Amino acid sequence: MTAFGGAEAPRNRLAVAGARATTAAMLRDQPRGDVVRNAIFAGLLLLAVLIALAGLLALLLQAFTKGSSVLGPDLVNNPPSTAFPDKAGYRPAIIGSLQLIAGVILFVVPVGVGAALYLEEYADKSRWWNTLIEVNIQNLAAVPSIIYGILGLAFIVRGPLDLGFILAAGSLTLALLVLPMVIIAAREAIRAVPDSIRQGSLALGATQWQTIRRQVLPAAIPGIATGVILAVSRALGETAPLLLVGATVFVTFDPTPFGTDGYSAMPVQIFNYAVRPQEEFQTLAFAGIIVMLVVLLAMNSFAIWLRNRYEQRW
Amino acid sequence: MTEQTPKISVRPEFRQAAVPQMKEKVFELKGIDVLYSGVAAVRDISMEIGRKDVTALIGPSGCGKSTLLRCLNRMNDLIPAAEVQGELLYHGEDLYGPNVDPVQVRKLIGMVFQKPNPFPKSIYDNVAFGPRVLGRKDGLDEVVEKALRGAALWDEVKDRLRDNAFSLSGGQQQRLCIARCIAVEPDVILMDEPCSALDPISTGKIEDLMIELKERFSIVIVTHNMQQAARVSDRTAFLMVELDAEEHNRWGRLVEYDATEKIFTNPADKRTEDYVSGKVG
Repeated sequence: MTAFGGAEAPRNRLAVAGARATTAAMLRDQPRGDVVRNAIFAGLLLLAVLIALAGLLALLLQAFTKGSSVLGPDLVNNPPSTAFPDKAGYRPAIIGSLQLIAGVILFVVPVGVGAALYLEEYADKSRWWNTLIEVNIQNLAAVPSIIYGILGLAFIVRGPLDLGFILAAGSLTLALLVLPMVIIAAREAIRAVPDSIRQGSLALGATQWQTIRRQVLPAAIPGIATGVILAVSRALGETAPLLLVGATVFVTFDPTPFGTDGYSAMPVQIFNYAVRPQEEFQTLAFAGIIVMLVVLLAMNSFAIWLRNRYEQRW
Repeated sequence: MTEQTPKISVRPEFRQAAVPQMKEKVFELKGIDVLYSGVAAVRDISMEIGRKDVTALIGPSGCGKSTLLRCLNRMNDLIPAAEVQGELLYHGEDLYGPNVDPVQVRKLIGMVFQKPNPFPKSIYDNVAFGPRVLGRKDGLDEVVEKALRGAALWDEVKDRLRDNAFSLSGGQQQRLCIARCIAVEPDVILMDEPCSALDPISTGKIEDLMIELKERFSIVIVTHNMQQAARVSDRTAFLMVELDAEEHNRWGRLVEYDATEKIFTNPADKRTEDYVSGKVG
């Protein structure tokens, strides 16, 4: 290198100085307009976040200020009452909700995972009917819940299945409602298992079923579990379809899955209390909202924890 | 290296005058074409692969080496649009015969992939997976130890067999995949560029391993690395891309197949010479 020696040196030094001056100029503050525009945009985005949070915050605040006075063991231990709001509680509704979601899980896990496995591992995607099934599952996930209620009424409570207005029928209806969600989540989890794992397994002489059973499913279980929990928490909060398939607003005894005397669920019972004119019952409704929110937040947090804890990074 | 030349049946012009038979054949390919959705990826491959030999497939990218390799244990069956034409004999049996179960084929003809692909399980369970799939329940500890020793990995992992396989380095992962493969005691091991994702030290270990393994297994290896082919293989097949007249379709074609020493020192075909001497490719 002779760039800084000999007769060339002074000119080079000038060139370097010039370059330095330009660099310094370029590094200086950006134009004012840019700064303002940046700030406005960032502010708008923050506002969007705040609006979303404000809804949740308002809900929590209102529920706690109005409902916390009756929080206690009586709230979950006592059946509802029309005459004595101070003794009324949610016991049948809580038991009903627990049985409902237990039924949902029993139905939705095998069927949802099975459907997802078929679509991901077996279905030939070049066939038009498989594409049709895929599109329709996406559509089903967006169908309003009341429509599932009508379906449940027509096909499960009456019609072909003819189960009557029993808790199991409500459970089955809710299961159908969240089934597309489970299928979609399970498919994503299954798809996230890289093909190299399947190939490695098949190259060892494992059958397709052995590969799915021992490699793909275990690797996909955290994702599937997360999807199931989120689906169940959706089922837990649904009211509209239950009203159509027989959930009664006022039940004072512990429901059973196949009992014909009626059943209730948390959101239905909250609705029942909320529409009564007496303020005491409305307080009870708010307390019920707290219970539900706590359960839902716990379930969703567990789902997030599960996903972060067991998610396989490839 | 033994001074024996394999029987070459590529094209008449490359056929040598005196070609002693190879000791024992494990594969015989007769006019193999592989098509994806009707478009040929390799055409008219005819060659014989010797038992307990290391056979290298070399050639530029896109010449169909991996495609050809995947025919040998019917991994191409996993691609619905793939189709294999011609005759492929394995110890004299038609590998694509009507009663041949690809699952059984893969139990006999194992495969090691380009990128190490350990299962997200413990080191032990990775190696035990194959035997377990075959229905083996007891004596797994011995099988695992033997396979890990066979893959020259035992000393590095014997104290941490319950650790997740992902905690191993890339080179160790690849040796784990080799251990996993030999744990089912296959007859043939296919290796698809097994060192392309590894550093030179790990590569050296795997090359040493291959030379050890050929005492027990027949090995077919696809490699981009010509030094590797020269170091480990007994026979080398050179494939090249061929274009049709309109330069519209391209497929792989076997140019020359011979003893490795001959391919690298005195190839019969000018194109082989250009490729192995680094002039093209």
